[in-house]
Amino acid sequence: MGTVTELKYESPETAQAVVALLSGVGPMARIFAGGTDLLVQMHEELIEPTLLIDIKGIPETREIDVTADEIRIGAAVTGAELGEHQELKSRWPGIVEAVELIGSYQVQGRATIGGNLCNASPAADSVPALIAAAAKVIIAGPNGTREVPAEEFSVGPGRTCLAAGEFVTSIVLPKQNQRSGDAYLRFIPRTEMDIAVVGAGACVSLNDDGTCASARLALGAVAPTAKRVAAATDILQGNRLDDGVLAALAKAANDACAPIDDKRGTIEFRTKVAGVLACRAVKIAWQRAENR
Amino acid sequence: MANENSTTNYKWVGKRTRRPDGVDKVTGRARYGDDMTVPGMLYGKILRSPHAHAKILSIDTSKANALKGVKAVLTSAEIPDHPLSQPPYAPIINDMHDISRNVMARDKVLYDGHAVAAVAATSERIARQALKLIDVEYEVLPHVLDPLEAAGRAAPILHEDQFTYSADGLSDKPSNLFRSITGQRGDLDQGFAEADIIVEREFTSEPVHQGYIEPLACIATASEDNCVELWTTTQGHFVIRALCAKLLNMDLAKVRVTASEIGGGFGGKNTVYGEPVAIRLSQMTGRPVRMVMTRTEVFRASGPTVGSRTRIKIGARKDGTITAADAETWYQAGAFKGAPVGRAAETFFSSYTIKNARAVVHDVCVNRPKVAAYRAPGAPMAAYAAEGAINELASRLAMDPVDIRIKNAVREGDESLMGTKYGQIGLLDVLEKVKSHDHYSAPLGNNQGRGFALGYWMHGGGLSSVSAHLLDDGTVTVATGNPDIGGSRSSMRVMAAEELGVDIELIKPIVADTGSMGYSHLTAGSRTTFATGMAVIFAVREIIEKLRALAAKKWRLTIDQVTWEAGQAVASSSSRGGIQSLSLKELAAMATKMGGAIAGHSEINAGGAGAAFSAQLVDVEIDPETGFVTPLRYTVVQDVGRAISPDYVEGQMQGGAVQGIGWALNEAYIYDDQARLQNTGFLDYRMPVASDVPMIDTVLVEVPNPNHPYGVRGVGEPCLVSAPAAVANAVENAIGQTMSSLPLSPPKILKRIDEAQAAGG
Amino acid sequence: MPKHQITTTINGDEVDFGCHAGQTLLDVLRTELGMTGTKNGCGSGDCGACTVIVDGRPVNACLVLGVELQGAEIETIEGMAKGRTLHPLQQKFLDHAALQCGICTPGILNMAKALLEKNPDPTETEVRYGLAGNLCRCTGYDKIVRAVLDAAADMRANG
Repeated sequence: MGTVTELKYESPETAQAVVALLSGVGPMARIFAGGTDLLVQMHEELIEPTLLIDIKGIPETREIDVTADEIRIGAAVTGAELGEHQELKSRWPGIVEAVELIGSYQVQGRATIGGNLCNASPAADSVPALIAAAAKVIIAGPNGTREVPAEEFSVGPGRTCLAAGEFVTSIVLPKQNQRSGDAYLRFIPRTEMDIAVVGAGACVSLNDDGTCASARLALGAVAPTAKRVAAATDILQGNRLDDGVLAALAKAANDACAPIDDKRGTIEFRTKVAGVLACRAVKIAWQRAENR
Repeated sequence: MANENSTTNYKWVGKRTRRPDGVDKVTGRARYGDDMTVPGMLYGKILRSPHAHAKILSIDTSKANALKGVKAVLTSAEIPDHPLSQPPYAPIINDMHDISRNVMARDKVLYDGHAVAAVAATSERIARQALKLIDVEYEVLPHVLDPLEAAGRAAPILHEDQFTYSADGLSDKPSNLFRSITGQRGDLDQGFAEADIIVEREFTSEPVHQGYIEPLACIATASEDNCVELWTTTQGHFVIRALCAKLLNMDLAKVRVTASEIGGGFGGKNTVYGEPVAIRLSQMTGRPVRMVMTRTEVFRASGPTVGSRTRIKIGARKDGTITAADAETWYQAGAFKGAPVGRAAETFFSSYTIKNARAVVHDVCVNRPKVAAYRAPGAPMAAYAAEGAINELASRLAMDPVDIRIKNAVREGDESLMGTKYGQIGLLDVLEKVKSHDHYSAPLGNNQGRGFALGYWMHGGGLSSVSAHLLDDGTVTVATGNPDIGGSRSSMRVMAAEELGVDIELIKPIVADTGSMGYSHLTAGSRTTFATGMAVIFAVREIIEKLRALAAKKWRLTIDQVTWEAGQAVASSSSRGGIQSLSLKELAAMATKMGGAIAGHSEINAGGAGAAFSAQLVDVEIDPETGFVTPLRYTVVQDVGRAISPDYVEGQMQGGAVQGIGWALNEAYIYDDQARLQNTGFLDYRMPVASDVPMIDTVLVEVPNPNHPYGVRGVGEPCLVSAPAAVANAVENAIGQTMSSLPLSPPKILKRIDEAQAAGG
Repeated sequence: MPKHQITTTINGDEVDFGCHAGQTLLDVLRTELGMTGTKNGCGSGDCGACTVIVDGRPVNACLVLGVELQGAEIETIEGMAKGRTLHPLQQKFLDHAALQCGICTPGILNMAKALLEKNPDPTETEVRYGLAGNLCRCTGYDKIVRAVLDAAADMRANG
């Protein structure tokens, strides 16, 4: 006579303990933070883990650490907490906007920035904003910690660069230039409660003369992973935001797209709207940089 | 929120009062389908097909049966079979042969999500695990989703024993086309010959789900003496009793069904899904069995409404007189016959006096879940095509869209296409009210458009039973057999209090179980306030009659010397100058000492519910770079007959409008190339959220229905009939292009804008 | 497998419950504790019918595990009225007929309460976005939004 297999739950207090648990159980263990993706996947029986490792008891995953140079955000910091952090909100409004777009207020109270990243959805809202910001992902594992640029973290739909025994402890936002701003926009068919059909994150720094010093643009939901539009940097650098630059920017965004047709949008639509949102996000980021 | 033409003669009718079931619902006390537990109950779960069309070669349940905690495993072998219905067919078919196969697939699965086996176990976790241990061997067959394709010769056949039924009899070969309904009058050729202008369009719509928030849930308790107690969330527990008893070959009287509070239905809870399975599992185990669908199961396996493919042609003279109209439409019935084809034929042109008209509606089986009723079944997609074509006609004639309707509007004495003669109707009053509404002439900005459409629905009456009891403290219980889905207890209380002439707080409305009441048909078809309300009035009148007799006995008068006025028995002045009156409370106290408790009954088959019309105005703004639609302003003008509870009448109109916004813009069943449903949750089945919609203004036009003591008409359905058409028209006007395929999702709108730009438009 | 033993505060009372590792707060409330006022609409955080307040934040009870709630403060619909006095939001929902079937009502009331605690004077748009995680299929939201705005005005006036 068979029996139902039991799920176990652990809430370790150190990163080392998490790594030990992960190494012991293997792929049937799942990191549990906000649970807003994980519990849905379990409810739908898409995954059936045997161990949940709750990382919220580890202090470094729950803190936002601001220094003059960087801001380190714990992987288990929730969207609501990011939105309430005035310093972060004024320095990186685009990242906060991106995370705050994930789900309802109820979901915001639970969903974490690390979870959004590790779920590795091509449509994850925070990821284009993090890529535009040149954020780094801090990973703990059996061999200590390592850093990975945000744009290299996801390697395909639902897949990350995490090796066995590794997990994300935090995300680091770099030092910003004096006059810089960021922004994130997404397209969904309703006003709320949808997954991005297209997402666009932009980060712009300006020279004293008002031209672009540097810029980074990233798109979500238009390729197997969120991706940086490298050409956008060249198009913007040294220039002002005139119609010609915007047209070139839109074209670069269109060209960067390798989307699919699915229940959320068509290839044609995603490609076109990527250009639209890229321009709109850059304009907002530019405005914010000017207002600094 | 204007409340037009409201009479002030009533004490309670038309007043805004707190609903009697409200406190329980704002405190969490109210018990819905999933809120009940019974000691010793087991958890039932259903295994569902991953294939859209396949033969079931074998089902091996041995491993599931061996799992600790599993008490029973069921397949279709445990569900009695029934013969196929034979022609001539009823307008609405409840075919036990089909229902038996829909609740548990017999030899074939016909849609993704079709039930193939069920388990009962001591916990939900064990039940879920057991489902994974059931081995089903399938032979996958080609599938068909589109009704036009399904009706064609080359399509895979769902039912080898289904033949197309027509006046000539049955077809030679099996077909997915079950039958076609035609409504016709006049001479189409002549009508089109008289036309100065002809509009020809094709329209399509996709299946949409009722989207009730409460999943289907029930608990069945079967006993060894062949009795069953069933608790379930339903729009009609008497119908559930009938279907379960018939399906399982049980005596009606031995199946007692209690309706839980119901968390939305909109037609989707009019039939059985898990109930017969739960009963059988309970019979097999001797224990109560609870069966609750997940949201995914609700989407995959409970009926959405039909999707449609429609061709329409309308001709008019230059002055706007419509001379001819012709529509043909293919409705997806889902896996089993029974699309609401008659209602569709009725809807197409019934708001207009078109001399030459025809509507042909085909009922076609496809590999999708069997359709269920959804708020004016069959009508919104017909109205979408008809109103869309008429709007184009008005536009090409440079005529005001309301004026063209006024010009062609039906009046009292006219007939609908299916031959229903209109009594007193409020169509012209509604149209005039639209024209004078400030929304109609309000200015629009860039990228904005205004839409208009008219909706028609012929309401249902039917069987209702009411039992009213006067208690010895002067309070009154009013029991009906209709689940209260949106405030009907409030309306029943109002009507009882109005008749009795007493405070509403003295009346306690109750939804009684099937063992306590005569047959009551569904809370559906906008029939409850009309038909059950009428039975309430008659039952209370019987009480009044008995109270007059009691007072007469006390006063030694004849009953005709006693009248009932403002809650009291009064002796007419000519008979007894000395005696003044006896109140309800005094009479109630006397009753048990003078002959026994006083009650009133009514068991009626109410007719004459009549038609109602809902006109809608909506403004939208389109983002021309993304196709995103923002509804800006919405006004519903509707003939409501008489608003017994205006708050809930407005609520119906507002809810209907917003469901229509969802239907028009984003809601749809989306399948992959294997015909597997892709959007099985609220995340991707995109119903409107609060931030998607504006306030919904309502104008209640009250043209009383002469067939109801207070003039009640149905309210819940006409307001959805016109909504998708109105929203679609607004989108068309905002982008200056026609669009013909719901939902008008951003990718479609953007594509249309881009095509028009490319064409130099 | 033994259940986890958890001690929490629910609506001001200390409550102990046992739960399996995978059991959600929604399941704990409804099945273990018989508190069925918190409704189950989807199990995936999309409908908001199970909205409760945990440690001051509105959450979907279907997306929280029972095991992680040791020491947590939980507020559910059963605790919204104080004794026999309804909360102003409950009163206004009745006055404005802001419910039809009522299945979404407990979740919406909890979300609205959390919203007004954060923003006592919201605009119509803020109420609409605040309630975007709570589906209502019956009302079209009109009367719900009016009830919340009216309750907010009352609560401001009565401090």
